[in-house]
Amino acid sequence: MRRQIPIVVCFVFGIFMLAQFFVSHPLLTRGYQNVLDWMQIIFVFALLVGALSFLILHLDKISKQQKEWGYNLVALAGLAAMVFLGFFKGIQKDSPFLWVFDNLQVPMQSTMFSLLAFFVASAAYRGFRARNFQSVVLLVAGVLIILGRVPLGEMLHSKIPESATWILNVPSMAARRGILIGIGLGSIATSLRIIVGIERTYLGKG
Amino acid sequence: MECIPPVAGCSIHWMHSKTFFLDKQVLFPTLVSNLSRRMNLKGKIRSLISLLVFFVSFSSTALAAEEVRWFDPQKTGLLIGIFITIVLVFGFILYGKKKGSLKIRSIPGLEAMDEAVGRATEMGKPILFSSGLGKMERVATMASMNILGSVAEKIAEYNTPLIIPNYDPMVTTVAQEVVKESFSKAGHPESFKQENIYFVTQSQFGYVAAVDGIMLREKPATNLFLGTFEAESLILAETGNSIGALQIAGTDSTIQLSFFIVACDYTLIGEEFFAASGYLTKDPLVLGSIKGQDFLKLIIGILIIAGGIFSTLGYNFLINFLGK
Repeated sequence: MRRQIPIVVCFVFGIFMLAQFFVSHPLLTRGYQNVLDWMQIIFVFALLVGALSFLILHLDKISKQQKEWGYNLVALAGLAAMVFLGFFKGIQKDSPFLWVFDNLQVPMQSTMFSLLAFFVASAAYRGFRARNFQSVVLLVAGVLIILGRVPLGEMLHSKIPESATWILNVPSMAARRGILIGIGLGSIATSLRIIVGIERTYLGKG
Repeated sequence: MECIPPVAGCSIHWMHSKTFFLDKQVLFPTLVSNLSRRMNLKGKIRSLISLLVFFVSFSSTALAAEEVRWFDPQKTGLLIGIFITIVLVFGFILYGKKKGSLKIRSIPGLEAMDEAVGRATEMGKPILFSSGLGKMERVATMASMNILGSVAEKIAEYNTPLIIPNYDPMVTTVAQEVVKESFSKAGHPESFKQENIYFVTQSQFGYVAAVDGIMLREKPATNLFLGTFEAESLILAETGNSIGALQIAGTDSTIQLSFFIVACDYTLIGEEFFAASGYLTKDPLVLGSIKGQDFLKLIIGILIIAGGIFSTLGYNFLINFLGK
């Protein structure tokens, strides 16, 4: 019974979601909206579970004084500070909560994001090494696109920007669409397997 | 039977019977009580059908003042496509069930799973699994959990530590259940460590910072990035590369695939990612559906070539129809 009920629920809602996409009856539209609302409600409860998991994990590491447990303390202090500021000082404009968010969280996120520039360079160096014929094709295509996207490319030759656009719109797009067709079919087949209960690893009880 | 949905009630004309006019204030309770009363089967069926018609009709009038459109003709092509897909996928599932075993082409990324687990065991280092930023409602996350189930079973056999930092609390719970079950299936429930599967944060770059930190501290021998990834894909894969981990990645994003191809040892491209669970478990039902997928791809290929030829010759009927 513990296994059957989730499969039945999954089947009913899977069929419902498929039907509401094609049938535009207000009853189904309202039902779909209700499902979306319920997802928000479930998400809030899931977040509580997440916060609890976070708390237990870090408290456990601190209590056992595991290696580098100071970082766990910082993580818990951050959580406690934001909860305190949010509940007691509010989250309106000019509140301490938003100040911390804008001046600590956002710069830290930007720092992580900016690392991407260096990683793109190191990945491009490895990817563009001309080891075989395919790598040479990739290297030539990459160089043409880089040059075609900056004024220097047009200065060198008027056909370079045109070639870059052609590479992006024809061979690159063809390969991308081929992969997209595979992903689309894979998604549909996986969804069908889940809806009818063939694929049920996600339930935990396989 | 014909139903006209006015505001005040609903008229039902039975073929060999009298015409009813259902008043919403009066007849709904009457129909419900009729169903619960003792009457013959024919009467019960009639009341049940009336109740259904009554419900659908009033929902139309009550919920939408504007004209009700049951079906959008723009979606005809899509509906036919979905119908053909369903028929083919289920047809091949039944074929797989009948035949017992089906063969699909070798996928290097999945063949390397054993090597990846074995390498971590030999080195005495953990395996890191990340399902990325996807929530549980995403098909890619579901596919990721299916792969996790098979991989965790292999990991349990070798008694290798498995670390799974998560972006979504719901995914954390599901991953815990999946791994627990796989360890039990492998006969090593005692090796399951729930504390190694935990929620980190719902901030995209906060998650990246945490996973990068774990990689640099724990130095996993193998990284498995299977799920939904966005801009963080390259940061994760390059950090993994810098610590010398064997990396297998798979995602449903074509943009991030290119980053994974450059930075990882093996990448599951396109449908390979969704075929992984069937490939690893050798379940004939799942393999059947993969065969159905391949057949559909063949049909799509033929349609693309035919569309190209017809379009070049000036006949656009196929493009017009499929464009719907």
